[in-house]
Amino acid sequence: MAARSKAPGVELLPSAEPVRLIEADGTAVPRRVLPGPTELRAAYRALVLGRRFEQQATALVKQGQLAVYPSAHGQEAAEVGAVLALRPTDWIFPTYRDSVALLTRGVDPVEILTLLRGEWHCGYDPYVHHAAPQCTPLATQAPHAVGLAFAAQARHEDTVALAFVGDGATSEGDFHEALNFAAVFHLPVVFFVQNNQYAISVPVSRQSVAPSFAHKAVGYGMPGVLVDGNDAAAVLSVVGEAARRAREGEGPTLVEAVTYRIDAHTNADDATRYRPDEEVAGWLSRDPVARLSAYLTNSGQLNVDVEAAIAAEAEDLAADLRTRLVAELPPPADELFAHVYHRPTQRLRDQAELLRAESEER
Amino acid sequence: MAQAINQALADCLAEDERVFVFGEDVGTLGGVFRITDGLAAKYGERRCFDTPLAESGIVGMAVGMAMNGMRPVVEMQFDAFAYPAFEQIVSHVAKMRNRTRGTVSLPMVIRAPYGGGIGGVEHHSDSSEAYYAHTPGLTVVAPATVADAYGLLRAAVAWPDPVIFLEPKRLYWSKEEVTLPAPTEPIGRAVVRRPGTDATLVAYGPSVQVALAAAEAAREEGWDLEVVDVRSIVPLDEQTLVASVRRTGRAVVVAEAPGFASVASEIAALLSERCFHALSAPVRRVTGFDIPYPSPKLEHHHLPDVERVLDAVATLQWEDA
Ligand SMILES: Cc1ncc(C[n+]2csc(CCOP(=O)(O)OP(=O)(O)O)c2C)c(N)n1
Repeated sequence: MAARSKAPGVELLPSAEPVRLIEADGTAVPRRVLPGPTELRAAYRALVLGRRFEQQATALVKQGQLAVYPSAHGQEAAEVGAVLALRPTDWIFPTYRDSVALLTRGVDPVEILTLLRGEWHCGYDPYVHHAAPQCTPLATQAPHAVGLAFAAQARHEDTVALAFVGDGATSEGDFHEALNFAAVFHLPVVFFVQNNQYAISVPVSRQSVAPSFAHKAVGYGMPGVLVDGNDAAAVLSVVGEAARRAREGEGPTLVEAVTYRIDAHTNADDATRYRPDEEVAGWLSRDPVARLSAYLTNSGQLNVDVEAAIAAEAEDLAADLRTRLVAELPPPADELFAHVYHRPTQRLRDQAELLRAESEER
Repeated sequence: MAQAINQALADCLAEDERVFVFGEDVGTLGGVFRITDGLAAKYGERRCFDTPLAESGIVGMAVGMAMNGMRPVVEMQFDAFAYPAFEQIVSHVAKMRNRTRGTVSLPMVIRAPYGGGIGGVEHHSDSSEAYYAHTPGLTVVAPATVADAYGLLRAAVAWPDPVIFLEPKRLYWSKEEVTLPAPTEPIGRAVVRRPGTDATLVAYGPSVQVALAAAEAAREEGWDLEVVDVRSIVPLDEQTLVASVRRTGRAVVVAEAPGFASVASEIAALLSERCFHALSAPVRRVTGFDIPYPSPKLEHHHLPDVERVLDAVATLQWEDA
């Protein structure tokens, strides 16, 4: 019997270094194939819009217009790259952190913030955008991506489902169950771990002692890929390949995007308690937006006019968001009872009646 | 009853290709209670299949499937092994319609053998209906007859909301002469199983048989008891319950789950609120004790039996009538 050249599973292992196509200073990594100019310019635009959206949402929290905003400042390339690597018909399963992913998907900014401003519902129609509601209970959306992919396969659609997961969420049981199901049923799923180094205050060293989160893939029998999450080009390429594998029946992939959350977890969090300023500064120098901008400018793919046009578009987006979010009225209280069951029960009808009477009295 | 459930699943699989049956050991083995016996062989391993051993994964996968147009029917192997899936059930199964303002509904069924009386070791005899009934967004049903096991399950699979389908495991082997499909009342309707004039026994699932036996025995005492089978815990048919108790003026609610903060408590409170002026006595509850489900050697102490029901009936202030 011929000896195996590699131990089984070795081909599933991620590389020691994250895949990177563009260095932090904007120079291209030698001998690497980058996505085409159209794709990269689209990514740049999405990054700028995403960054501006983040800033606006953070400002709205400070003005008391939003209940909470978990910022993804610093992680924009991971979210933008993952979404742009998919087709619009592929499904995404985002978390509370993944507003930029939804923006990139084309969801109305006001709808993205509906949940975070404290409404009870998710704001957008998942079927219009092929995007599940932003999920708060950690990792619980991952099995949904698996089920959606299962159904897609049963319907003979070539849809891919991508689940966004944080580094902390990888410790949850549902993360494990989802990966295992996807692998056992050989489903078109991409698990996309955004390792932003902290789960609120807890560093990755307290979540896992595995060499990387991508290494976990091997135990499930699927490939794990480490990618520089601040390099939109690399994320586009890696998630693109994972989506291709999924679509062509080669099964699920676990992608870990190594990145950093520049802001605190939310406005309620004091990040200075658990991480040093120097650490943040180090990551600021790897900024994803500046990186792609430098690469595109240096390679002649972006000029000041296009840059200015995108900047103006971002300002418009922010201004429009400010005006509309503040103007938006909460839905009528009757709706509380309307969407619990397909038809409100007698009990709910009685309670709706009570609420109506109460509000008329006041 | 086991056969009726099997028949219902088979008919659903045959009629609607969006239906999938899955869980632990449901494929080749046909389930530990053989409820899914033969389904994989007949409808293929894509339609009825074994999953990895993970309840949260099973229910979570069903959520994604239902989001994408399927009608999954999943089996939890035993009542007390559904708890790992509890988060999926409470956070997602129950809330998806609400969270999406009505745009995403989850037509799915979670079947679970439930209740005691079969001499099971620990974790095999829980009555967990109150957890589900307490969660807005879930429909919760429990059949007590063979016809209902079939009819309610067919209705559950066709229902636009997620249904928790509680199968009284001690009735699995109960036999009745019924030709299936037999016509049954829809979800949301309670049924008077035995008319009577002196008091109403309200019960569901395995306790219906106990109530019927108690009503039979009560004849010797000179009491003519009505038995109402709740069938659908959520939505609850308040009208039928209230009408019965207003007619009889007395009520005992029978259920084997611990009584504190239970479905029986809810029904008793409801009857007190809605029937107070028609009542000749306080509404009584006969339930299991507020203890972890006991060992097989002691479970007969815990489960409401005919004696205990009759004792409660005896306290309904008959002398004042
Ligand atoms: C099941 C569950 N437990 C706890 C929480 C509270 N919580 C919200 S975010 C968070 C940290 C999550 O960290 P990570 O998965 O790394 O994602 P990140 O917030 O960094 O994007 C915690 C503990 C929750 N949302 N869900």
